[in-house]
Amino acid sequence: MSSNKLTRATQEPAWVRYTLLAVGLGFLFFFLGLPLVAVFVEALAQGLPIYLEALKESETRSAIWLTIVIALAVLPFNILFGVAAAWAIAKFDFKGKSLLITLIDLPFAVSPVVAGLIFILMFGSQGYFGDWLSANEFKIIFAVPGMIIATLFITFPFIARELIPLMQSQGKDEEEAAISLGASGWQMFWRVTLPNIKWGLLYGVILSNARAMGEFGAVSVVSGHIRGETNTLPLHVEILYNEYNAIGAFAAASVLALLALVTLVAKTIVEWRMKAETDMLNAELPGEKTA
Amino acid sequence: MLLRKTLSALCLALVASAALADATLLNASYDVARDVYKDYNPMFQKYWKAKTGESLDLKQSHGGSSKQVRAVADGLEADVVTMNQANDIEFLAEKGLVAKDWAKKFPNNASPYTSAMVFIVRKGNPKALKDWADLAAPGIQVILPHPKNTGNGRNTYLSAWAWALKQPGGNDAKAQEFVGKLLKNAPLFAAGGRDATTTFMQRGLGDVLVTFESEAEMIAKEFGKGNFEVVYPSLTMQTEFPVAIVEKVVDKKGTRKQATAYLEYLWSKEGQENAAQNYLRPRDADLLKKYATSFPPVKTFTVDEVFGGANKAFANHFKDGGTFDQIYVAK
Repeated sequence: MSSNKLTRATQEPAWVRYTLLAVGLGFLFFFLGLPLVAVFVEALAQGLPIYLEALKESETRSAIWLTIVIALAVLPFNILFGVAAAWAIAKFDFKGKSLLITLIDLPFAVSPVVAGLIFILMFGSQGYFGDWLSANEFKIIFAVPGMIIATLFITFPFIARELIPLMQSQGKDEEEAAISLGASGWQMFWRVTLPNIKWGLLYGVILSNARAMGEFGAVSVVSGHIRGETNTLPLHVEILYNEYNAIGAFAAASVLALLALVTLVAKTIVEWRMKAETDMLNAELPGEKTA
Repeated sequence: MLLRKTLSALCLALVASAALADATLLNASYDVARDVYKDYNPMFQKYWKAKTGESLDLKQSHGGSSKQVRAVADGLEADVVTMNQANDIEFLAEKGLVAKDWAKKFPNNASPYTSAMVFIVRKGNPKALKDWADLAAPGIQVILPHPKNTGNGRNTYLSAWAWALKQPGGNDAKAQEFVGKLLKNAPLFAAGGRDATTTFMQRGLGDVLVTFESEAEMIAKEFGKGNFEVVYPSLTMQTEFPVAIVEKVVDKKGTRKQATAYLEYLWSKEGQENAAQNYLRPRDADLLKKYATSFPPVKTFTVDEVFGGANKAFANHFKDGGTFDQIYVAK
């Protein structure tokens, strides 16, 4: 971008450009690069064997496992809700549409701690459903179901938020064409809509997944912190750190950081594919662009 | 007494063992108790297996003491609570989860071990801080957690109060004035015990940190023994670590006998020795002598003696409008 032959876009003097660049890169280095490196340096401070030993601890392993289980458990709900909500909002006009959009954004606006407390109010033993739940032997709060519900609340906007603009920009022409050619609703969905949104959907899945694995506040409130049972990785990191177990804490944190890096790579790949696909579509249909 | 109880527990266990699979006990405990129960749980499992043949699954939940009882009240199914403040257990008693007379269900006020509030000062004690009076002197910086909402901070506050009360001519008004002076020397209130330690040791803030004797050993482990000194004031609080059975949970889960035995075993030789090894003062006099180097004699008072119980102390000093609020508004 900077090696543009026409210098129209870069008419600022060189020092301005380099200062801006230095500020940007410096910020990235100090606030993103350095902390990330520090996590691994601290985790490996006493050598690889001790690092691996810290990760082998049964409580750490169960925390990793629980984090993955929760992320996988919320995924189908998020996909179902995200696609349904985006579908309804992008393809139909109905009363209360803007209210629905606002409600979808609610988890972004509400502090996770408040979200956690809401579930305690509802499902805790002094909560609205508390008596019924304990009479029927259902454990929600301070058990895995409660943690899944809290994570679901925090992550459900991601997919819908990703899909709504995409589906809106695609319009409903293709779906209408499919129906007028005799496709059933399901056929239209599987053959037309889904292929059109698949990269956007995947992108939303990755984002919500990253958030699900990293969520701290809401999950902390409903977890009960039972070791080896209801501790996710972020909670476990905090506990280990408070116990002066720096190696253990940073080892667990490094696993979280690795998961984040994998997420970033996956996200980048999906972005490439999305871009490639739109470029291809634009190249194939030059006539439609002017229409 | 203990033997008879365990024997009867054994008989019960034999009767019930056919009907029960591996029982699970959940111990909801305060933040820094992890080391104590990490060693204690396998010990009890072994003891219980030998006594009854039953394998027990023991789970731990740790967090801030008040946060933990809140969770138990909200439905965390803990069979036993092992806390560092009596009023946290009182809270559960008010909610009907714990027996009203919980403090009499076990010996020693239901507190199997104790600690004392001590001063941690910089190496060589450069400001020559010896007693509470020195902490209130001008120019001294005292690090302590917030007295209103942390056990550690409350204990510090009450210790200073009790010391001032016991001085010649001491009364509540003078004590309040003294504590006010001491609090003025606090540059900040840390969020919790561990936070205060980090502020003092890592950030190097302040001249003295007031904390539990047991915490001093943790600091030594983490930051090295040579970096600080422990000072025992002339009078300080004996802090108790009360334990109780959560009646509602053990009745529901049918784990009363295991939970009772679990807590009773804290007073056994093994349980007491484990506490001593984790720098908590055992109730057992012989063991206290054996570990005398870790536990130098110190003149202590209990909250019951000076303040008429944890609840009363809390109501008078830390509830909204209590002496802390009066001092703090005046400041």
